[in-house]
Amino acid sequence: MHLAYPAVLAVLLFCVGLYGVLARRNAILVLMSVELMLNAVNLNLVAFDVWLRDALHAGQALTLFTIAIAAAEIGIGLAIVLAVYRNRGTSAVDDLRDTAERPDDGGDGGGRDSEGAAADEPDEPDQPAEGKASQKAEAPA
Amino acid sequence: MTFAATGHGTLAAAAPQGFLSPTGVEIAFVLVGLVTLGAAVVTVTTRQLVHAALWLVVALGGLAVEYLLLTAEFIAWVQVLIYVGSVVVLLLFGLMLTRAPIGRSPDADSGNRPAALAVALAAAAALVWVVVDAFRTQWIDLDKPQGTTEVTGSILFRHWVLPFEALSVLLLAALVGAIVLSRRNAARSEDPGTSRPGPAGAPSDRAGDKEQR
Amino acid sequence: MTTTTLAVLVPLLPFLGAVAGLLLGRTVPGLARPLAVLPALTSLVLAAVVAARQGGDHAVDAATQLTPTGSVPVELALHIDGFAALVAVLVGVVASCVQIYSTAYLRDDPRYPSYAALVSLFTSAMLLVVYSGDLMVLLVGWEIMGICSYFLVGHYWETPEARAASLKAFLVTKLGDVPFLIGLFALAVDADSFRITEILATVADGGLDHPTLVALLLLAGVAGKSAQFPLHTWLPDAMAGPTPVSALIHAATMVAAGVYFIARLLPVFAASAAALVVLAVMAAVTMAGSALAALAQDDIKRVLAYSTIGQLGYMTGALAVGDRGAAVFHLLSHGAFKALLFLAAGVIIHAAGTNSLAAMSRMKDLRARVPDAYWTMTVALLALAAIPPFSGFFSKEAVLGAAEHTATGHAESAPESAGWIVLVAGLVTALLTAAYAARLWLLAFYGRGADAPDHGKQPVAMTAVLWVLAVPSLAFGVTVGVLPDWFDGHKLAPTLTTSVLGTGLALVGALVTYGAWRHTTALAARVPIGAVAAHPDADAGQVEAEAIATHAPAYGDVASAPDPADPGRLLLGPLHRHAAVGFHLDAVYAALFVRPVQAGARLVRFLDREVVDTYVRGAGTAPRWLGAAVRRAQTGNVQTYLSALLAGTVVLAVAAVLVATAGA
Repeated sequence: MHLAYPAVLAVLLFCVGLYGVLARRNAILVLMSVELMLNAVNLNLVAFDVWLRDALHAGQALTLFTIAIAAAEIGIGLAIVLAVYRNRGTSAVDDLRDTAERPDDGGDGGGRDSEGAAADEPDEPDQPAEGKASQKAEAPA
Repeated sequence: MTFAATGHGTLAAAAPQGFLSPTGVEIAFVLVGLVTLGAAVVTVTTRQLVHAALWLVVALGGLAVEYLLLTAEFIAWVQVLIYVGSVVVLLLFGLMLTRAPIGRSPDADSGNRPAALAVALAAAAALVWVVVDAFRTQWIDLDKPQGTTEVTGSILFRHWVLPFEALSVLLLAALVGAIVLSRRNAARSEDPGTSRPGPAGAPSDRAGDKEQR
Repeated sequence: MTTTTLAVLVPLLPFLGAVAGLLLGRTVPGLARPLAVLPALTSLVLAAVVAARQGGDHAVDAATQLTPTGSVPVELALHIDGFAALVAVLVGVVASCVQIYSTAYLRDDPRYPSYAALVSLFTSAMLLVVYSGDLMVLLVGWEIMGICSYFLVGHYWETPEARAASLKAFLVTKLGDVPFLIGLFALAVDADSFRITEILATVADGGLDHPTLVALLLLAGVAGKSAQFPLHTWLPDAMAGPTPVSALIHAATMVAAGVYFIARLLPVFAASAAALVVLAVMAAVTMAGSALAALAQDDIKRVLAYSTIGQLGYMTGALAVGDRGAAVFHLLSHGAFKALLFLAAGVIIHAAGTNSLAAMSRMKDLRARVPDAYWTMTVALLALAAIPPFSGFFSKEAVLGAAEHTATGHAESAPESAGWIVLVAGLVTALLTAAYAARLWLLAFYGRGADAPDHGKQPVAMTAVLWVLAVPSLAFGVTVGVLPDWFDGHKLAPTLTTSVLGTGLALVGALVTYGAWRHTTALAARVPIGAVAAHPDADAGQVEAEAIATHAPAYGDVASAPDPADPGRLLLGPLHRHAAVGFHLDAVYAALFVRPVQAGARLVRFLDREVVDTYVRGAGTAPRWLGAAVRRAQTGNVQTYLSALLAGTVVLAVAAVLVATAGA
């Protein structure tokens, strides 16, 4: 059998998985796509193992390990997804944007840059005031 | 196409093999491969989440068949057992626990889809080009099975026993990790201050149980 | 001890006294007074001994070089001729009197230790200038005097007048010092030495390349230091300092330094006729203008300050006609009677509680309160007005005689025009000097109105000093026959023509003033005026500080008062308004220099704020825009990040493959 067949199949599967990872919104679907990518790698490993007739069968052994690790990964991944879902009420990856720059910063930055510094400064005294207010609000509770 | 005229320097016997004269195994491999690929594509494109999991079963099963065709029978059965048997079940559980909508959900794909398509196509083109360019003349001799259970077992427990044991430790760590993640969240969910009850605590533990196998 | 050792000790002792006073004055207050007075007295004795040993013979020259100083050597050199010996004695006398006087004058001042130490340092610097035979060492003393005058004029630094005056004194004198320094360098380059003897030898050989330029440069520094037109404006304002400081600055140090410097280097100036004419014009303008301004001043100390400027004008006039003997003679006699005038004025201010002549003219019997000041000041004013037989008469006649001598073409070194300029201006000034001296005397001591406030008996330390200084004011003229031996040998005795002319004019001035005073004094009772600082128990320094601080609020100006009873107002007529403010020279300077500088500063500020900062802000804006653009990429969406990452990976991988295949 031509080696190109399993190799090309693995490549295509990998890219399909890649697409899924990048395009899917639901975190569990992203995990599924990851599984596809892992399987593409497994197929490669097996094909090359058979092709090379490796005495130690390193490819097949690694495939087994990969499968086990994939199982562990899917378990941990699902646990994380569930934890996120419980805390945030969603499992959509593009809703989890805590690391984003604040959108108002981004909006201001282009428009009134020269007053940006001056506009930021009055904000700072507000923050402790807010902090105090929230503390006061919490204190009775 | 010059593929047909190739054949120099392969591991197999000197008999030249061509794309235009496929063997039976090759035909079967290509057909199953097409099914697998199609199922994978549907998996990542369908708008019905549960269907995606089911199509994943098809894809993974197809891959198991491919393993068989590549004479790696033990891998094939492990594939069926673990992927089809447990991973997909886990994913289904996950879908249900996150209250994934049954039926078509319009927002299954994120706004990143064009970029994802571009990146995937570019990667596919690049990789296919490279792989075909590199391996178009290579030939796999399937006369002698390479992955019988006996061979795999002996190799695994003779040469690969130490990584195997290390892997077991890793699985244990994953088990503990999954439990810890679920526990802490469960403890927090019991806090009367937070509003959301934790229906997912127990199933999450079960996920860890399944993983233990 | 050799004369040289004694001469070294003369400036050194006050210096050590100043150092010790600064170190110990605060911790051991009891030592402050001895440390101030004793070094001054010792230096006086030593200076007298040096003068006696030198005796007008050949100059004592000694030099030592501490360290090589490059191409033109700087040496610690002494050059003591008759001028130096006598001027040092004068400095010692005045400094000792001032120190003794200050112990009482600033009795309760908490800053007395540092004040006394600065006065000692001032004295030391002046003595250094007097004795130094090396121009660089002279310059050191010269500049130390500048900084000391800054601190001492600003002694009452709580008042804005004193702060402004000290800054003004410092800046104006420094303004003159810059060309002065350049002139010194030019001189040293020509003579290849800073030694005065060698420079004079070079001048005698005609080795000076640019005598006019050098002389004019040096003249700028002298004009700043000796308060000659047009750099004299700091001196009247320096009256914001304590009276003993004024006495010290005006009589013996600082302002005398400039005249003395020219006297030392007169051959350098004499090498350029143009410089002498400039000097003569400067002296003439200074004399006449300052005498007119003195007639219009209300502050008793400002009258004396303008009078100092005028008398310095006489000295520079004498130098302009090439007679340094007459100049230093007048310097000596003027030092004595001007110190006396200032110290007596301090007593009067203390007794009257005001420094305003307008207020004093409304006090009855002020002269009875301060009889010592009355009699000694009368002597000093007569000397100032050059009435025979007081010392001022002889010295001023020496100047006028020298001028006449030159004007009539008998002098070989100075141009005739300089002689005429100095002679005419000197005669006019003699008239005016007598007029303002009479005005001061009449207004201060013959006021009518309420009784003068009784501040008790004046301290002995203050009154005794007055009598000590009254002796030379009265009798210094008798030395007129001896002094030429100490100086260049020119005859200093009065000549008949100038004596008659000068004395006659002085008498006319005094009588006219008396008449005007008789005319206006009736008005005094009708226009009540005056503000008196009543501090019967305070020391004189505090009274004076308050008087200075309240003059502008009480009378509307630091210099003049709107007093119709002032004879000066009648005499000057419409000129009074201009004379009171020093002929608007300050306003001219403000318009010419201060405002352009301030406008320039505003321009620079504008350029900095609006132009330079715009670029800075622009430099900040571009990265901020870039940052805003980059920030848009930070969506927080992990998928976006991953897409970009993988796209980059693909691009890199393709590039790597292409490179590899292209290379293969």
